[in-house]
Amino acid sequence: MADISTTPSDRSGWLVKGWTRSKIILQRQGALIALVVLVLFGWVRYDGFMSPYNIGTVLAYNTTFGLIALGMTFVIMTGGIDLSVGAVAALTSVVAALVSPFGLWAAIAAAILTGLMIGLFNGWAIAWLRIPPFITTLAMLLASRGLALVLARNATVSVDTSGDFTSISLGNLFGLPFSVYILVIAYILGSLLLNFTRFGRHVLAVGGNEEAARLLGLSVERIKLAVYMMSGALAGLAGVLLAAQTFTGAPNEGLGWELSAIASVVVGGTLLTGGMGSVGATLVGVLLLGLLFNILNFENGHGFISLTPYWQSVIRGAFLLVVVLLQSRLARNKTQ
Amino acid sequence: MAKFSEATIPFFRRLVLPARMRDFGQTYGGLLGLVLLILYNMLFTPHFVSWRTLSTNLTQVAPTAIVATGMTLVIATGGIDLSVGSLMAIAGALAPIIFLSSFPPFNNPIIGNALAVLLPVLVAGLFGVFNGFLITRFRIQPIIATLVLFIAGRGIAQVLTNGNLQPFHNPGFQFLGQGYLLGLPFQAILMVAIVIIFALIVRATTFGRYILATGGNEAAARLAGIPVNRVKLAVYMISGLLAGLAGLIVIAIDSASDANVVGLNSELDAIAAVAVGGTALTGGQATVTGTLIGALIIQLIRTTLLANNVPFAVAQMINAAIILLAVYLQRQRKA
Repeated sequence: MADISTTPSDRSGWLVKGWTRSKIILQRQGALIALVVLVLFGWVRYDGFMSPYNIGTVLAYNTTFGLIALGMTFVIMTGGIDLSVGAVAALTSVVAALVSPFGLWAAIAAAILTGLMIGLFNGWAIAWLRIPPFITTLAMLLASRGLALVLARNATVSVDTSGDFTSISLGNLFGLPFSVYILVIAYILGSLLLNFTRFGRHVLAVGGNEEAARLLGLSVERIKLAVYMMSGALAGLAGVLLAAQTFTGAPNEGLGWELSAIASVVVGGTLLTGGMGSVGATLVGVLLLGLLFNILNFENGHGFISLTPYWQSVIRGAFLLVVVLLQSRLARNKTQ
Repeated sequence: MAKFSEATIPFFRRLVLPARMRDFGQTYGGLLGLVLLILYNMLFTPHFVSWRTLSTNLTQVAPTAIVATGMTLVIATGGIDLSVGSLMAIAGALAPIIFLSSFPPFNNPIIGNALAVLLPVLVAGLFGVFNGFLITRFRIQPIIATLVLFIAGRGIAQVLTNGNLQPFHNPGFQFLGQGYLLGLPFQAILMVAIVIIFALIVRATTFGRYILATGGNEAAARLAGIPVNRVKLAVYMISGLLAGLAGLIVIAIDSASDANVVGLNSELDAIAAVAVGGTALTGGQATVTGTLIGALIIQLIRTTLLANNVPFAVAQMINAAIILLAVYLQRQRKA
């Protein structure tokens, strides 16, 4: 629930308000500063870090995570959680691969439709049946994996490369892959949705205090349904990109993606309790985590410090820890 | 606490079962489900009524049930512990390192085995304390705090073993997973003992009351003088300890330790068992015996589907549906 004590009352001077708001922004910008630091670090240390190839590759690789994290942001802002997104991405990548002979747009439509249906079920069970989001989306994770295996007949599905399906991952515009543009457009739309529409306000209201939102007359159920459907649709789109990038629909892909998405959202600064959040912050979180991975690869490749892949898990966990500790520190100073 | 909102939804829109069905479902639903499952299998699954089947099922459910017991306590305080799977992996990686070592006193078979059981469990407990520390001292949300170890813990286990499979032959240690006591697998007896102990703790000790109070209304508990932070710390430590024990059992069953695989998805299995068993995910009430029943139900469903040659993929979907149904029925009590 949003902590109303953090909002300065109208009676406090604007200096106090300014200082408080800058603390809030600093909490978010903390991630941005870390991002800038990492970019500079990589630029100085490794050749080819700032090359268009590397930038393009990092961005293209993180598009799938970025889309999923965008959906997760909205879900988390309503105070919920969506554990099924990784499995849905795998499922929709299988669907996209199966539909790919019919062309790019048919595949996109089929995948997003699948994601929407799963989101529909999630939202319905959470909003109307009142089953906790953790359990519902966990169950849908299992169900989606199962469905993906059934559709793929326990194997992987090859994408039909003869049609125009792969143009989405192979094509590029001004040197950047199409998927990057998709990511940017999605985030711009998401940010507009959150900050400039009534729906965005309603999402924050529901997350902030559900009872109050209901008393205000908001249809809390429909808002929740909408965010889970959005999350499903974005996971569907991510699945299309996954299939296009790997040329296969693999039912076992996407393992752990939901947790990376949650980590990105948290690193960006959105509160897990809901009621407050920022789409841009999530983008920073996604880029931060993606950049960390990229730097670890560079470090490994240049043999300065040879890290087995296992160390990468430890480092990512430690990184998350440091970020969360810093955020908790800043949050505590905010309320004092 | 009745929510205003639930009263304002028109009756026909609410998907709530009538009161009598609800109460019955709540108190006896889990047990009834389990009994029905057993009956169904006795009738339709060949070789179900055999010592061997019972043995196999108990062996497979024991690690999950033990972890789920710790998870019940954590969830009862309103938290969650995603790190248990990784802690299982760490314990599973440490044990062979200890009893295969040639350093004294580890190379003494008796002391080596004893330490190989004790130390990994303690280490896992320490990691649990770490979780509790993050949650109580730094006020980090449990899901994020335990996510740190979820990500890093398995990495730690993999670094310890360099990702290698460590097979071993150590009858003393393997008794943990392969030994029999009174005709039943040892880990099943351990599981029952642990469930009984913790069920008693929750129901009959002050500590148990403290746990429920903390989960029910933390602010009120604090004002009532309950050492909420210490309770939470203890609960996460217990979860860690039990996860360590479960990890040891798993590697004892397999006679090999693979850090990549030990405890994979255990946290989700444990949470599912807790939810199906009837403990509310919001905290404030806990039923350890319910968790055991939940774990048994999930296990039995799996074996039923397997025995009837249902393909794994379809079994997953049915699993999901059952979990949802079970939680839905349990939730009726709140309405």
